[in-house]
Amino acid sequence: MTDKSGKKTIKVDLLARVEGEGAFKVVVRNNKVERAELRIFEPPRFFEAMLRGRAYSEAPDITARICGICPVAYQMSSVHAMENVFGVKVEGQLRALRRLLYCGEWIESHVLHLAMLHAPDFLGYAGGIEMAKDHPAEVQLALDLKKAGNEIMTFVGGREIHPINVRVGGFYKVPRKRDLAPLCERLVVARDKAGALVEWVSKFDFPDHERDYVFVALRHPDEYPFNEGNIISNTGLDIPPSDYARHFAESHVPYSNALQAHMLDGRSYLCGPLARYNLNFEQLSERARDAAKTAGLGREIRNPYRSIVVRAVETLYAFDEAVRIIDAYEEPEAPHVDYEVKAGIGFGATEAPRGLLYHRYRLEADGTIAEANIVPPTSQNQASMEEDLMSFVGDMLDLPEIELQHRCEQTIRNYDPCISCATHFLKLEIDRG
Amino acid sequence: MPQALIIGIGNPDRGDDAAGRLVAQRLSAMAVPHVTIRETDGEATRILELLDGAAKVFLVDASVSGAPPGTIKMFDVVRAPLPEAAFGLSTHGFGLAEAVELARTLGTLPPECIVYAIEGKAFETGAAPSAEVATAVDALVARIAGELAD
Repeated sequence: MTDKSGKKTIKVDLLARVEGEGAFKVVVRNNKVERAELRIFEPPRFFEAMLRGRAYSEAPDITARICGICPVAYQMSSVHAMENVFGVKVEGQLRALRRLLYCGEWIESHVLHLAMLHAPDFLGYAGGIEMAKDHPAEVQLALDLKKAGNEIMTFVGGREIHPINVRVGGFYKVPRKRDLAPLCERLVVARDKAGALVEWVSKFDFPDHERDYVFVALRHPDEYPFNEGNIISNTGLDIPPSDYARHFAESHVPYSNALQAHMLDGRSYLCGPLARYNLNFEQLSERARDAAKTAGLGREIRNPYRSIVVRAVETLYAFDEAVRIIDAYEEPEAPHVDYEVKAGIGFGATEAPRGLLYHRYRLEADGTIAEANIVPPTSQNQASMEEDLMSFVGDMLDLPEIELQHRCEQTIRNYDPCISCATHFLKLEIDRG
Repeated sequence: MPQALIIGIGNPDRGDDAAGRLVAQRLSAMAVPHVTIRETDGEATRILELLDGAAKVFLVDASVSGAPPGTIKMFDVVRAPLPEAAFGLSTHGFGLAEAVELARTLGTLPPECIVYAIEGKAFETGAAPSAEVATAVDALVARIAGELAD
């Protein structure tokens, strides 16, 4: 639409295929991208406020309600932070079960995003339903995989959407070894299908765009990161989660009421599959590494559109890891370890499917939460999303308007932005001068 | 008598978005025979899983269609798709309307599939449902219980 002054504004009514609500505005002047602004209509910090004054033990259940897609990550960051205050370490099979729960969440979240929300962008469909008409086998494959992830969640978490079995120190109840065997059989079958998923997405056409990102992810010496490790980057950062606030800062941007995170020197950074892959490739299972190679992924990926392939590789890894954990599972003596409640400050950082999720709590002596601070991956990726649009949209301005809009949406979806923690839709507006 | 499945959809932490789940919870408390009751957050593939293999399904969700708050609408989705825009709010943008169409495309839409929508007014995080929606929940619980008794 062009007004009298010649200013052109294009609006996409709803960008529905992201998990949440928000709006994106790209301002174009003299055929150059001047600004890209992500606005998230987040109810300001509702959950942080809700946590204050509640018992530390309520945090896993309250934080799980923040997101229907990644409740485990929220629970895990919160229990790790509490355990950090109490000086308790959860090891052995209890720790393994936590990883198993993580596998379920990654599978569910990754498969939903990559197959139903992101793949249509690459194949030229308006959405998953249109795509399902022409690709029913692939959609069914994805649904089968997601169901397997869901089974893990239900089995270990006690409930599929907001797991209720997680507590500080471990679990309320742990599964019997013999009960896990049938699940394992189904996961082995699903693992093979996950290989087919990698193959499917690896054949998509990927826009030829790269950027020099600062990649930030957890790193653990022995495993691909889920729920433990130092926060590292490709620019030399290597810090424990307790030092997060010394290197990263959240700030308000005028056009959004959600907070946006940067490194303290002002740089944006990218967290999520691409960062994890680039910083932890050797920690992937052999099967996942082989699948990545066959899929044509290099050792380092700077093209954000290839994140869809990395998500598929991580899905395969999650199946592999789940099978490994169940194979090695021995019922622990107790479902949780004991600890003493005390006052203090605790930190937890885990890898939600879409990236680093940082929690910090200050507890009173009786375990009452005095302060809660939660930095979700989407607010950490916001600045990077904006910069991607800034640097990629310029090359696309000659495309037909509708195609340009799709490309912008596809670019945003590279991050699997989870704004559902907040609200529902993402509107896209391209303002051309 | 075939088992009927009732699926309550919504986010219990977001005001009127809880409508569908409140209906499900109330019907669950009534322990109506031959009825299975499930609650879900509205993510399309989760709904799809619940629909799989069911013969007779009632889905209950909140809607935003511009009707007065508390308005109850019924849609026979076997006959026609849902008016998509009205249901976006109850989900993550990939929700009930998409689940129904995905089921239709994949051939897994139950032979009887009815959607009840309660028009919402306010969806603030942490808010209680509005008075209009609370009244509509009462009415819809009675209506569905009556239909199941027939």
